[in-house]
Amino acid sequence: MLLGTVTTIKVLVCSTILYVIISLIFGLMRLSKNPIIQGTATVYIEFFRGTSLLVQLFWFYYVLPFFGLTLEAFTAGVVAIGMNFGAYGAEIVRGGVLAVPKGQWEGAFALNFTPAKRMRKIIIPQIFPIILPPAANLTVELLKATALVALVTVVDLTFEAKQINAITWLSAQCFGTALLIYYIISRFFLVPFLRWLEVIAARKVGKDRI
Amino acid sequence: MNAEWRWDFAIEILPQMLLATLNTILAAGIGYAIAAVVGLLFLLGQRTPIKVVNMINREIVEFIRSTPLLIQLFFVYFVLPQFGITLSAWVCGMITIGLHFGTYLSEVYRGALEGVPKTQWEACRALNFSTFYTYRKIVLPQAFPIAIPGMGNYLVGIFKDTPLLSTIGVAELFHAATAVGGYHYRYLEPYTIVGLIFLTLSIPAAMWIRKIEKNVNLAQGKIKKEQL
Repeated sequence: MLLGTVTTIKVLVCSTILYVIISLIFGLMRLSKNPIIQGTATVYIEFFRGTSLLVQLFWFYYVLPFFGLTLEAFTAGVVAIGMNFGAYGAEIVRGGVLAVPKGQWEGAFALNFTPAKRMRKIIIPQIFPIILPPAANLTVELLKATALVALVTVVDLTFEAKQINAITWLSAQCFGTALLIYYIISRFFLVPFLRWLEVIAARKVGKDRI
Repeated sequence: MNAEWRWDFAIEILPQMLLATLNTILAAGIGYAIAAVVGLLFLLGQRTPIKVVNMINREIVEFIRSTPLLIQLFFVYFVLPQFGITLSAWVCGMITIGLHFGTYLSEVYRGALEGVPKTQWEACRALNFSTFYTYRKIVLPQAFPIAIPGMGNYLVGIFKDTPLLSTIGVAELFHAATAVGGYHYRYLEPYTIVGLIFLTLSIPAAMWIRKIEKNVNLAQGKIKKEQL
């Protein structure tokens, strides 16, 4: 079971990295004035938010081989979770950018910053304290979603629990332990880490001194 | 295995899939009804003045919220029989979904109640309204529009989590797709159809919820017609 936990954490870390990248890219694309770029992002977000993660996971794992693209179970799991949560995250990023006070935009404009520089130097650094609390919730959701990769044969915590249950029939102990491990990961590792990130982000823009 | 999409096969399995969709909708509906009630119970636990109840309630909610629904399903489905309670997959699924999303809904309710300004309570106290009257006439009508977006989101959320029920053998849409795919050894069409059915149901649902939200806000006078 501990081996399975390691896999679960690996899935968690990989898909978190993927989802953060995707949400930044698509969140900014969603704000673009170019209708093609904005349209692409909207379709992507609506598509991945509109269907269930499990369906996407099975689609990546069982259907993509039809198109000659065979993914390993682990990769399929990470990609599916990353893309699904990326869609949710993109909306958070979009909200964050829109929540940056208007004066900041105008200030950057007045200082004759190019749009790219304005985004990179002024707006993006300020969105982190805004988006981190909802993103933290999303990441806890992601931890729970990693349990689904067991269904496409990734040997993670859930998979191990199921296996041991099938052999020993000690259901209460197996699934009880698995539940506890997930709870411990979330409550004592993931959540404190995310809170710490929030504090850092707030300090970086000088918000903690208010 | 050939990669072509076969229309004849897709059309052949479509009626079966649509039938299973009804089960999915039914499951989501029942699950949501249970969750709405369970959410109220958790809310009560949170708002009672007894400290111990509050603490236990909070720990339970935290625990349910931070563990995966999938394992909770397995837990309820496999563990209860050990204690001599054998429930059908349907009942287990509904209970688990109800409990899991009940914790989320209780948070939505709490947020909505706290979203009503404190001055409203004070005004009612000043007018000597009873607590019951305050809730019924003043607080709840104002809390309701705040709760709608959250409640709607979780309705769609439950709908999208029903495929998990297939893992304990509830015959809903995803279960049907897996069965059909396994029988014909073709997964391309069934899973794609499932995805499309989910899209066609959840996007209009989300839009509908947004519209209700606007209407309620309009009726409450929070926004004016010109702002729409």
